[in-house]
Amino acid sequence: MEYEPVIGLEVHVQLKTKSKAFCGCSTEFGKEPNSQVCPVCLGFPGSLPVLNRVFLDYAIKVALALNCTVQEKHKFDRKNYFYPDLPKNYQISQYDLPLSKKGYLDIVVGDKTKRVGINRVHMEEDAGKLIHEEDTSLVDFNRTGIPLLEIVSEPDMNSPEEAYEYLTFLKSVLGYLDVSDCDMEKGSLRCDVNVSLRPKGVLALGVKAELKNMNSFKGTKDALVFEIRRQEEILREGGKVIQETRLWDAKLSETFSMRVKEEAKDYRYFPEPDLAPFIISAQKLEEIKKNIPELPRQKLERFVKDFCLSEGSAKILVGIKKDADYAQSCIESWEGKDKKPVVNWLIGPLLFEANKRKCGISDLNIPGGNIELINLIKSAEEAKISNLAAKGVLSESLDTAKLAREIILEKNLYQVSDTESLDKIAEEIIKGNPKSVMDYKQGKANAIMFLVGQMMKKSNGKANPIVARDILKKMLTDGG
Amino acid sequence: MMELNKLTAHELIEKLSREEITSDQIVSCLNKRINAIDSEVKAYARVEDGLTSWPVNQLASYNNNRQTGKPANRQTDLQGIPISIKDNICADGLNTECCSKILEGFKPPYDATVIKRLKEAGAIISPLKTNMDEFAFGSSTENSCFGSTRNPWNLECVPGGSSGGSAACVAADEAIWALGSDTGGSIRQPASFCGVVGLKPTYGRVSRYGLIAFASSLDQIGPITKDIRDSALLMNVIAGHDPNDSTSVNIDIPDYTKSLEMDIKGIKIALPKEYFPEGLDPEVKDIINEAINKLKSQGASFENVSLPHTEYAVEVYYIIATAEASSNLARFDGVQYGFRVQDARNKTRNLIEMYKKTRGEGFGEEAKRRIILGTFILSHGYYDAYYLRALKVRTLIKQDFDHVFKGFDCIVTPTSPTPAFKIGEKVEDPLKMYLSDIYTISANLSGIPAISIPCGFTKKGLPVGLQILAKPFNEEMLFRVAYAYEQSTEWHKMKPKL
Repeated sequence: MEYEPVIGLEVHVQLKTKSKAFCGCSTEFGKEPNSQVCPVCLGFPGSLPVLNRVFLDYAIKVALALNCTVQEKHKFDRKNYFYPDLPKNYQISQYDLPLSKKGYLDIVVGDKTKRVGINRVHMEEDAGKLIHEEDTSLVDFNRTGIPLLEIVSEPDMNSPEEAYEYLTFLKSVLGYLDVSDCDMEKGSLRCDVNVSLRPKGVLALGVKAELKNMNSFKGTKDALVFEIRRQEEILREGGKVIQETRLWDAKLSETFSMRVKEEAKDYRYFPEPDLAPFIISAQKLEEIKKNIPELPRQKLERFVKDFCLSEGSAKILVGIKKDADYAQSCIESWEGKDKKPVVNWLIGPLLFEANKRKCGISDLNIPGGNIELINLIKSAEEAKISNLAAKGVLSESLDTAKLAREIILEKNLYQVSDTESLDKIAEEIIKGNPKSVMDYKQGKANAIMFLVGQMMKKSNGKANPIVARDILKKMLTDGG
Repeated sequence: MMELNKLTAHELIEKLSREEITSDQIVSCLNKRINAIDSEVKAYARVEDGLTSWPVNQLASYNNNRQTGKPANRQTDLQGIPISIKDNICADGLNTECCSKILEGFKPPYDATVIKRLKEAGAIISPLKTNMDEFAFGSSTENSCFGSTRNPWNLECVPGGSSGGSAACVAADEAIWALGSDTGGSIRQPASFCGVVGLKPTYGRVSRYGLIAFASSLDQIGPITKDIRDSALLMNVIAGHDPNDSTSVNIDIPDYTKSLEMDIKGIKIALPKEYFPEGLDPEVKDIINEAINKLKSQGASFENVSLPHTEYAVEVYYIIATAEASSNLARFDGVQYGFRVQDARNKTRNLIEMYKKTRGEGFGEEAKRRIILGTFILSHGYYDAYYLRALKVRTLIKQDFDHVFKGFDCIVTPTSPTPAFKIGEKVEDPLKMYLSDIYTISANLSGIPAISIPCGFTKKGLPVGLQILAKPFNEEMLFRVAYAYEQSTEWHKMKPKL
């Protein structure tokens, strides 16, 4: 029997507003513990929350970008539970009237698009951070009250790759909107995963496990791979998966049981009386909608259509907005109708150099800018220099801040295409390799490639391989 | 020297502006009075700590300001006038403990908005906070970790509550005036028991920022004063929109003292029959009727009406108020401030144990009762049956008032069904205690403003209060009717013999 995993993600993202959700404290990361606090975010007696309007605007932006419906009437609720990182011992959240519901996010897996449903997007406040020392536990309240969005997907994903792509696309959308850093290592994006298995073709869901404690997208994927294998083994041996929360241990690369889920927790939700219910007008929605930039999905579709790219290639280019914008400007600077050469350069050598430098392609700052890059690609395309040499030139240009064409001249890299000088070399090579010449003449067509290679070597890589081949062919046939 | 502590704020403002007196003279009169009688009245929470901490340095500058200062705005200038504050309103650096052990030693690092406004107006904040029922849970000021306050008119009786300390200190001339808070009658009922003026403003009229919450959707801060003019004067300073309180309303504030210049000819007043039942205390009934006749003689007309959902008010109130309280009081856990059980034997340092012991020892009986009740009400499976239904009935109660105010300018009722009761009389019977707020609770549930004014005395010499209620944000109507009545009587000038 074949099993199918069913995966749903619950993502918390911190929004990068300047001040916290319900007070004026700074949200800056990495400051001295408890230096960014006030009576409101410390939950001091008598203090009252006031909604940060930018928080609301960002939240609406995200909801609309995820194709959710935003209702008119809104309120906040209190989620009551005791924990030392929660100074009021309740969290201001949204319960039965989330900011928005029923959206979707289109992701690309391999070269295929898949639509993942979004169940809800709601607003809440972050809790503080506990720091456990040997004998004591300390609380840092700097994080308390930072605006959070909870984005809950439908259980629409069926593989670890799909979950990974969902996170990647979600991060991409939030990046385009410029509302979150989505950095799992810094905790500005946190992800809980629900996963269960069912026999392929069956509709009913199996018993799920909740996975926590992943601190990267790849970790999330790895945790899923492990967990799916674990559940599959249990099912194959005729056992039963139990509903539980499991923690991912990145070092051991396995999940382990945190606790068996007791009866559902009772959070005693009720409407937050300190924050008046509010209305989001159609006009406000319209205003925010107008200011939403072209999103990665639309850009991807446009790239596919306008530049004849595959979805796979387009996906690589659109992930980060400024890189996508940069790619677009490069593609548009390319005069030829076929954009493939420049696209191949963008997702090839440029991406390689960017990864090497741990930055995006738009951050490479190629000396001489777009024009120099386009000329370099053109030179390679027109075989004025070899592809290999061109890649080297790019790398050196980035390292030394010299213009590409200066490097080419300096190193005398233009390929030799004039027949006179190549004829000379060809004669020498034919003389020096009688065996290969014999092979070729006896019908081994490949033998000529060896001879071309020898010519390249002799010319220090400058011989235009196509011209060289033609000359060799001619000589061997004529002289035959 | 004249006993300045017996005067009203507006009288003192006159004298100060004529430079007949100074602020430190007022303060020393108050000190003298408190030292003389507070051991009997116990109106203040920590009186044993003495009054050494009056901001004396500031007094000099107050006096200075008054002599050299800018032309005073008579309607908002409280330069050099002392005021006493209920123990649940935060004042920077002053003990603010809600008369609960769990907040032992808590000194807020900030001022409530009302305190900020008072300071800006030049008022002197009394360093002693007034006594109250723990977290405002009560109607008698018997639930205080500092012990009971006594009624200045009869030391064997309660002063009412929960703002019993504020009402008693004003009645006993241990304060010029005071701030209280009112969640279900906690300003009006003690004002009525102590023979002073107590106003609960419209919900949203006065900022709650810095008021330690009991029930957030019901709480309001308000003045407790010796007469109506002081009440209006104090409202001029504390009322108004506050960006730090999302539930405060951005509506312009009138000069409330202007309402004192108008008579009440042609004013239409409603008498809800539910507030005058068969069993109403006959003395209270007679005194209220007399007050009604007084208002009639000044040109007001009266008509009987019905507020049909009144009978559900107490139940609805105790569901909503305890639900909100259970959540509001969750923060008192010993982690950041206040009382924490230090258990040397408990080497495990178990967090849950720390919570349990701290809250178990820190909260008094009534607080625990309400937290447990509220927690139950919000629990899964009970929420719809209790909380949600209570919210619906709350809307019906509000609609009752909306309906009456379509045809009437205000409503008049007794503030409390009885005069002050004996200390200890109802302590053992919470339900009986809860019923003493039966006439005041509806104003909180519907958010409307209401005032209690002295309107007579029982044969045993206990004060009785008249309650006037008006439309939301129409405190002016309350002042207008109350002042017209006060002008024609001497009740507000009566002083207890102490």
